[in-house]
Amino acid sequence: MLEALQYEFMRNAQFAGLLASVACGIVGVYVVVKRIVFISGGIAHASFGGIGLGYLAGISPVLGAMFFTLASALGMGLVTRRTKLPEDTAIGILWAMGMAMGIIFIGLTPGYAPDLFSYLFGNILTVPRSGLILMLALDAIIVTIVIALYKDFLALSFDEEFGTTVGVPVERLYLLLLCMIALTVVVLIRVVGVILVIALLTIPAALAKQFTHDLRNMMILAVLFGALFSFGGLWLSYEFDLASGATIVLLSGSVLLASFGFSELRSQWRKRQQASPQN
Amino acid sequence: MAHDEVVRLEDVWAHYDGVPVLEGVSLSVERDDFLGIIGPNGGGKTTLLKVILGLIKPSRGMVSVLGKTPERSRKNIGYVPQVNLFDPDFPISVWNVVLMGRYGRVGPLRWYGKKDRERAQRALQTVGMLDHKDRQIGKLSGGEQQRVFIARALVSEPRLLLLDEPTASVDPAMQTEFYELLEGLKQRMAIVLVSHDITAVSIYVDKIACLNGQLFYHGSKEIGVEVLEATYKCPVQMIAHGTVPHRVLMEH
Repeated sequence: MLEALQYEFMRNAQFAGLLASVACGIVGVYVVVKRIVFISGGIAHASFGGIGLGYLAGISPVLGAMFFTLASALGMGLVTRRTKLPEDTAIGILWAMGMAMGIIFIGLTPGYAPDLFSYLFGNILTVPRSGLILMLALDAIIVTIVIALYKDFLALSFDEEFGTTVGVPVERLYLLLLCMIALTVVVLIRVVGVILVIALLTIPAALAKQFTHDLRNMMILAVLFGALFSFGGLWLSYEFDLASGATIVLLSGSVLLASFGFSELRSQWRKRQQASPQN
Repeated sequence: MAHDEVVRLEDVWAHYDGVPVLEGVSLSVERDDFLGIIGPNGGGKTTLLKVILGLIKPSRGMVSVLGKTPERSRKNIGYVPQVNLFDPDFPISVWNVVLMGRYGRVGPLRWYGKKDRERAQRALQTVGMLDHKDRQIGKLSGGEQQRVFIARALVSEPRLLLLDEPTASVDPAMQTEFYELLEGLKQRMAIVLVSHDITAVSIYVDKIACLNGQLFYHGSKEIGVEVLEATYKCPVQMIAHGTVPHRVLMEH
């Protein structure tokens, strides 16, 4: 691994992993505690429409994804809030429509769509310097918004109805939160791809939730876990010649399952101890 | 006197998907009232509170709180929703839950200040939960959570306190203590409490109304058995307040 660091693409990959873990650690905490995993999955998958649009328009697919994903996040938010359509139905429909648009756009693009596979499943090894700058900028936007509106997002996430009664602008904040999820998706596309984004949005935060009941500490822990997973996954994929995005996701998921399994065993063991104090 | 009136409802109707939930409700709550509203589940009790808060727009009728629209008076309303509505696993401390009640006084983009922290401290002291301020809200018992939610409603120093089924998750042994807490608060604000549990409400409140779509409101301490029967559609206990609090049970 150390000798691999002499290559620029490896250094860029490490840096990309770090930048991705900042966005997914912070925003992922809201996704997990507010239980909006499904709509986040919808936003992530719909971003494929933007990748296709980028190809068709001849601009960077990531840039295309950014505008398209922001628009679809707002669209999903408004449709689920303001129409009578059940929320999960609306999300499911828009999820598939976004992907379908991507397929049509790519079909309309003359010639071959290079790197399509890496947008779907991620390839952290091919992140260019411009990609890193974009990720850094999006991270900065996300961190700034969360610092400025920490109290507001906390009130939104904990109890929307009570929030409304004390004057929290819940709908506007919710739409802003969905936009931050959209930006996070864009940051993560290079690392794990459209299909696997939802794993990095949820796993580090879910793991962090096991260790603290403070939202701020949960964010810090989630960023740390995200960074460990992306470094560890990158190293494993390098050593064993595996797909980097999928390796990162499987490593994260395995650690989470092991952690849940361990705490389950421990609590059962404690129960047994309490049940038979004499022995 | 008009300026003593905290809540006024005139012929208020509210519907859910075309089904009427409130049918021509008129109500007046004054500054030092402690009003209990009882009625069966589905009788519109929560809807009535939400109309007073402005969370639900009535399809007909007039609502005014402190002489203004509910939205404009929200700052002066403390609201204690039914406890079971939040995620018990949510990573938040008692302290931060209570501070949330100050949101309306602070507004967006700023963190809570010194005054907010003092108010939160005082409110937690009032409900006897200051020692638990660093604990995760979901780890407390139902009764303790209820106290924290009352503290959250008190930090904004409201002139009207609305409580929705406050004893639902409080175990019977703690209920007396809970109502004594409200006794202390009623000197400072008008209180409206809704519950399906007649026995719990009857001893402590000053006025009782019965709600089952329509509101049977007498503005008095005695409540006739006909009214209760019309509300619950079955024979129920009769309630009368005298020098000694008591309930009269009817055979059924």
